[in-house]
This record gives sequence, C-alpha cells and structure tokens, in this order.
Amino acid sequence: MATVNTIAASAPQDQVVGQDIKRGFKEFARRNPTVMISSSVLLFMFIVAIFAPFIATDPMELYPWDRLKPPSGDHWFGTDHLGRDAFARTVYGTRISLSVGLIVALASSGFGLTIGLLAGYIRMVDTIVMRVMDGLMAIPSILFAIALVSLLGGSVQNVIIAITVPEIPRVVRLVRAIVLSIREMPYVEAAIASGTRLPGILIKHILPNTFAPLMVQATYICGSAVILEALLSFLGAGTPPEIPSWGNMIAEGRVYFQFKSWLILFPGICLAIMVLTVNILGDGLRDTLDPRIARGMR
Amino acid sequence: MTGYIIKRILATIPVMVIVALFVFGLLHITPGDPAAIIAGDYASPADVEAIREKLGLNEPIHIQFYTWVKSLANGDMGVSVFSNLPVTHLIGQRVEATLMLSILTIIIALMASLPLGVLAAWKSRTFIDRFCMIFAVLGFSVPVFVIGYILMYVFAIQLKWLPVQGYKYLADGLWPCIRSLILPSLALGTLYTALIARITRASVMEVLAEDYIRTAKAKGLNSRTILIRHALKNAAVPIVTIIGVGIALLIGGVVVTESVFNIPGLGRLTVDAILHRDYPVIQAVIIIFSGIYVLINVLVDLSYVFFDPRIRY
Repeated sequence: MATVNTIAASAPQDQVVGQDIKRGFKEFARRNPTVMISSSVLLFMFIVAIFAPFIATDPMELYPWDRLKPPSGDHWFGTDHLGRDAFARTVYGTRISLSVGLIVALASSGFGLTIGLLAGYIRMVDTIVMRVMDGLMAIPSILFAIALVSLLGGSVQNVIIAITVPEIPRVVRLVRAIVLSIREMPYVEAAIASGTRLPGILIKHILPNTFAPLMVQATYICGSAVILEALLSFLGAGTPPEIPSWGNMIAEGRVYFQFKSWLILFPGICLAIMVLTVNILGDGLRDTLDPRIARGMR
Repeated sequence: MTGYIIKRILATIPVMVIVALFVFGLLHITPGDPAAIIAGDYASPADVEAIREKLGLNEPIHIQFYTWVKSLANGDMGVSVFSNLPVTHLIGQRVEATLMLSILTIIIALMASLPLGVLAAWKSRTFIDRFCMIFAVLGFSVPVFVIGYILMYVFAIQLKWLPVQGYKYLADGLWPCIRSLILPSLALGTLYTALIARITRASVMEVLAEDYIRTAKAKGLNSRTILIRHALKNAAVPIVTIIGVGIALLIGGVVVTESVFNIPGLGRLTVDAILHRDYPVIQAVIIIFSGIYVLINVLVDLSYVFFDPRIRY
C-alpha cells in the first residue's frame, strides 16, 4: 500500500518515481519476507518450467541399457523402469504442475467470482445457486474429479476441468459472503439511490472488495490443484501416462518402491516443495493484504 | 430443539437430491453414448446393447433417474457391471477396512492435534508454537501419498517395525488389525491433524485473551483446568466445525491411502470401479461418501448446543 501512495505523491518526476518504486519495493520486501522468499522460489520454478529444454535432456529418450539406475553423474535423479532420465522427467513435470495449478486457480476464481457476485446480490439466484453449491461441496473433490476424468478421458485439459469444478463452490461461498456484507454499506445504498444500475454497482462498488481475499483463496486453490493433479495421475485417472508429470512418475515408480526408492522420492519432494511454497505464499498474502481475514479462512 | 433437529435433517434432503443429480448426471453430461463409455474401447456393438439394456439406458432420462432413486431408497444399488455382484454386497465386503482406518485416523488426529493446538496457543511465540505452525503448513502441503511412502520407507522397509502393505481383518485379532493400519492412519491423519491443530491454536488463542480466563487465573486455578475446562471448551465451536468440514478431506485421503497401502476398502473399490468404468459402483460409493459427509455435518451443527449453551435452536 505504501508503494501506491508514494507513487501518487511524486507522479510528475519520472526519475524520482523510479527511485520510489525501488524504495517501496525494498520496504515491502523487508516487511513481508515470506511473500518475497516464496515468490522467488516460485519464480525459479517458472524459469525451470519455461527453459526445461535447456536444462534437461529429452524426457522421452530411452536408455534401455540403463534401466532403474540409481542417481549418478549421468542421470542426477537416476532412471526409471524404461530407462528414461528421471531428472529430465522431473524438470518437465514442473510444467504440468505449474500450468494445472495456475489455470485451475484462475478458472475457478473466474467462475466462482461471477456466480458469487450474482448469488450474493440477487436473492432468487442465491437460493438456487447455494443449494447446488452445497450439493457439489458434499461430494469429495477427489472422487468427483476421478469420476469425471475417467468418463471424459485422460488429458491435461480434462484434468483441469475435473479439478476446477469442485473448487468453484469454495470461491462462490467466499465471494457471496463478502457481497452480502458489502451490499449493506452506505456507499452502496448511495449508489443505488443515485440511480446506478445493477452491473455498475456490482463492478464498480462490490467487485474491488473481493480482490484481496480472492487472491489469497486463489493461491490456496493453486496449491490444492497441484496436489490433486498429482493424486489423479497417481490413481491412474489423470494426465496421460506418456506425459512426464510428477504424479505419473510416482505412479510408475510405486511398483519398484521397495528397492528403488529414488523413483518416488525426487518427484515427491519436488511436489511437496512446490505446494509448500504456494501455501506459504498464500499465508503471506493473507497477512499482507488483509489482516482481518487472517483467522479461520480455510 | 426437537423442531430444529427435524428441520436440520429435512434440510439435508435438497442437498442429497443435488448430489444424486450430479452423480446421475456425470454419466449423461459426458459426450458420447454412456453404454459405450462403460463398455470400454474394445466392446462389440452387442456388448454395448447388453449394457444399455441392463442399465435401462433405453428409457427416457427422467424415468431412468426416477427408477434409480426409487431403488436407492429401497436399498438396492444395482449390480456391478464388472463383477456382476450386487453393489451392496461389494460395499459390505469393503466397509470394515475403511471404517477401521477412519476411526483410527480420527482418534490419532484428535489425540495429536488438540494438545498441540492448545499448547501452541498457551505458549504462543515459543518453540512449541513454531513447531505447531511449521507442522500445520507442512501437513497441508505434503501430499498423502508422499507421506505414506516416506513412512513406509522408514518404518516398514528400513526399520521393519511394521508391515509394508496390506490389511489384517478384525477376525484375525484386534492388534494385528491395528498394527496393519498404523502407518496408513498416520499418513492419512497428517493433513487432518494439521487442519485441526491450526484452528485449535487460533481459537484457543482468542479465548485466552478473554476476561474470564484472567479471572480463572486470579482464582488460582491450575493451568490444566484453565486450558481444558475454560479455554478449550469455549473454543470448541470452530474446532468442531473444522472437524466436520475436514471429513471431506479425510474421505478423499482414504481413497489415496488405501491405494498406497493396498487396503481392500471402499476407497480401493472406488478407484477400481472408476478404472473399470463400473458405473453402478461409482454412483453408489459417491452417494455413500457424500451422505456420510452431510450426516456428520448435521451432527456437528447439533453439537454446538452442547459446547455453547448460548446457542439455542
């Protein structure tokens, strides 16, 4: 918040603005070390995902004479049962996990926001929508997702759909609760009195209030989407097995787990680190953006 | 009170109807012929026709839904497409393992999380508090199967203290049964423990700032009485709520844990059914799990009265 004020105060001089942004950023970093550290780790993961071809060898390439080899100089994370390089597969797996996490977070927030705004503001929509959401929430999300993927067929796109749908009710509930409290505010009443139409009220006056908590919630959704994708692949109803994803690596490695534990260890650790980072970022954002929602959010 | 209980139970009906619609709709909203989907990629047209006949897919859709709900209400869940056994029979076979696993997990999770959360709140900003918070974040972030494999590696494969996989039925004795479930319930319970510990810490902390806690201290009560009788009981409503909500996570975790540890329970039944596209079984299991979730949350709502006498219905 400090950054915004300082920028506004010194808008005319470009150079000063640059310095102020820098100072504001440093100040932000000093106050919110968790946000800084976790977002740097995530940035690193993004770089790994984007530049995967430059970091690792081809994840599909077979080394048939090097099957199930423990970690070594040639194959840092060892090789799997087909003799594929586990390090390359782990690096490429970052792509799947990150993109599924991000897209699910964006999609479920988008749908949830729209539905939640309407449900919170229009009574008639509310009764129907909230019953549907209650029903949807009563179905355990893993079950819903595996059932959906097995019927739609395994593909990254279907995995994303199957994870997004059960996450939507959580966003709807959050947004609706915010709308219900904001709509009683005097400035909304004033807007109604001065003849603002419904879309205007929703977009101009109510929508901005949802952003901070929504961002926090989206971060948590991203974390659980990464886990769910891995779980689906692990159970055999997720990303197609030929695509290198962490869940697939763990699913393929489980047969050999007793003797070749590295097959599960490396993708498992990467998965844990990614989700941990995302969740810590969520906690940090929550404390930074809105201390009021700091308690009992989840 | 009785009026409220009846109202609350009646309110679950629309929820369960929606669940039933979703579960029923799953097969019908997916593109393509449901019978062909169930039959799989290598089925002949005759097989597809047989399945269509057996599941009554030739009927109009609302009749299908009606027949399905009616037989559900009569306790008839249909016949498995894959094994040709009644679904109720399949579920009956698998209930024990899942029930034992869940009970053990809930016991372990409550025994670990409540003291941890209370202690963390009481000794806030100390080592115990840090430990609790780190554990809570870790428990949230490390997926069930990663924890499961790590536990299996350390305690079963390296130390050989406990069996690696599998389940011993209660008929073989209580101790062997529990022994086979220790690692699975620890793996499954981590997330649940983290969730409850976190909420316990937050809500006990809030209660500890209240005046009556200061009064209790001034009266010279010992800290255990203060923490349990005054703090924990007054902090109970959010804790009980999260225990109820967390059941959803627990059910999801059961499905995964049973696969990791090779436990013949409802979760494995579900995964197998889904991989075989055994639709009657999938429908039945999802309905049952959702029903349990809804039921437990009704009980949670009703328990508020016990923990907080100010709440009256």
